[in-house]
Amino acid sequence: MNSAAISVSDLTKVYGERPALSHANFEVPMGTVCGFVGPNGSGKTTTIRMLLGLIAPTGGTGSVLGHNISHPEKYLPQVGAMIEGPAFYPALSGRENLNVLASLGGFPTSRVQGLLDQVGLGDRGSGKFKTYSLGMKQRLGIAAALLPQPKLLVLDEPTNGLDPSGIQEVRNLIKDLASDGTTVFVSSHLLSELEMISEYLVMLRLGKVIFSGRTQDLLAAQQPILVAKPEYEFDLGKLFEIAKSSGHTVTLVDGQLHIVSDPNWAPALNRLAFEAGVTLASLTPVFPTLEETFFEMTGE
Amino acid sequence: MIHVIIAESRKLRRPTLLFSTMAITVVLSGLFTSLLFLLINSKDGNGKRGQMISPASLSLPNGVVTGFTSTATLLGIVALCIFAAQTAQEYTFGTLRNLLVRQPSRMKILGGKYISMIIFAIVMDVLSLIISVIASYALAGHAHVTTVLWNSGAGYREIGHAFLNVLITTLGFGTLGMILGLALRSPISSIAIGVIWVLIVENLLALAVKKSGPWLPGYLISNVAEGGSVDISYQRGLFLGGAYLLVGGAIVSYLFKKRDVSN
Repeated sequence: MNSAAISVSDLTKVYGERPALSHANFEVPMGTVCGFVGPNGSGKTTTIRMLLGLIAPTGGTGSVLGHNISHPEKYLPQVGAMIEGPAFYPALSGRENLNVLASLGGFPTSRVQGLLDQVGLGDRGSGKFKTYSLGMKQRLGIAAALLPQPKLLVLDEPTNGLDPSGIQEVRNLIKDLASDGTTVFVSSHLLSELEMISEYLVMLRLGKVIFSGRTQDLLAAQQPILVAKPEYEFDLGKLFEIAKSSGHTVTLVDGQLHIVSDPNWAPALNRLAFEAGVTLASLTPVFPTLEETFFEMTGE
Repeated sequence: MIHVIIAESRKLRRPTLLFSTMAITVVLSGLFTSLLFLLINSKDGNGKRGQMISPASLSLPNGVVTGFTSTATLLGIVALCIFAAQTAQEYTFGTLRNLLVRQPSRMKILGGKYISMIIFAIVMDVLSLIISVIASYALAGHAHVTTVLWNSGAGYREIGHAFLNVLITTLGFGTLGMILGLALRSPISSIAIGVIWVLIVENLLALAVKKSGPWLPGYLISNVAEGGSVDISYQRGLFLGGAYLLVGGAIVSYLFKKRDVSN
């Protein structure tokens, strides 16, 4: 059995002349939370649809839980998924919608109430889906994805429409599932959320994988900066010259200097500034966030 | 497959759909059968297209189900709407992807869906038969129709034959609805096109183009419920109508199996 929950090799999907995904290669290790990021139209949903057997690849191969994606019936009973938002029957209640899916998958309907409770819809399960708010619909979608007690959970924008506490609940849910050994493959535009929960990342741009690997490795490869602010504004020029003459790239942003440098250079800068008669009001090392890295890598 | 049937039956038995369909069935069956007996001496006729059905005809063994068989086309239209809506809504609601994630075999989804709707149509036809037979017995005396032959073995056989034929017609129209639902992927379009075709276009074609009736699918399917007619034999209705549906069904099944699910 492959140790990767998801593995794709040269996976390609072309619609007419337009490639939606081009020769994608990546792996998602078993038991990890993997963020799947990319600008709109970069091929995330197309990839997820191919992994779930909803659309056929134009080229390449892939496997999910050790089974080839050309045989989704072999792995889908162990996969939970919410794709492109929650889609349910408006005239049925939340509970009845889950009962339909439980019956279809051959899962006991006794699981349904527990799942409704788990996603905070325990007392609203009898309400019709069409009366739900966007956040409630999203929660029901997550409950549906958890029905099979999945080994792999695929979530496409699970926090859409959720309020901050809802987002926190989803984050905690994903962490709990991961700690129980569930692999979670989650696409989201909330990069700060992904940064908090994802050990692995797959980044797409224009249908191509531009990064796949550990989140830590991605962030470590980015240049940190030192943000320095002198006590008096008229010392900005002096401080600028000190940093520049030491061979660093410096930019002035909102009355502060952004110096591209190893954070370990901070004491030396402080000393040089003091010797030049400049008192620093603040000196902070800043590491690039996933969001900044994303923008830099995708050129968005 | 059984899981799909159970899941689909959950959708079909939702109160709004179930009770409104059964109410329509009761009203149609009761109305058609009542008019058959209440207008028995009317100059405008008491049967389809102004046809006059006499008390003597209704006293024959098949008189007990004459009202029931005359309801068949409208029961078929109801089935067409339900089969089309239940199929096409999976596309418009975006729920097809959920179904396929839980049951990746598309043919099982289709088969289970079809079987569950067949069960629904059987319930509808059984209810229609019961209402129609009760109404026939209740109004027979008023129309001077004797029921002696209805209670004979021949009468019971006629009930069996009529039920089978009406069921074939209902399922034929239902299958047509499902084909349209799969092809057009929109409940409104598939229902509108299906109903307009069967109730308007075919009638206009039959009037405008001589001898076109025996080639029109709606005519052929309707004809089965009546056990055949002067223009179209029972066998022709059954086999040619069935052939149309078989070809249409095969094409849309292939499309359903192969088509990307991208909504």
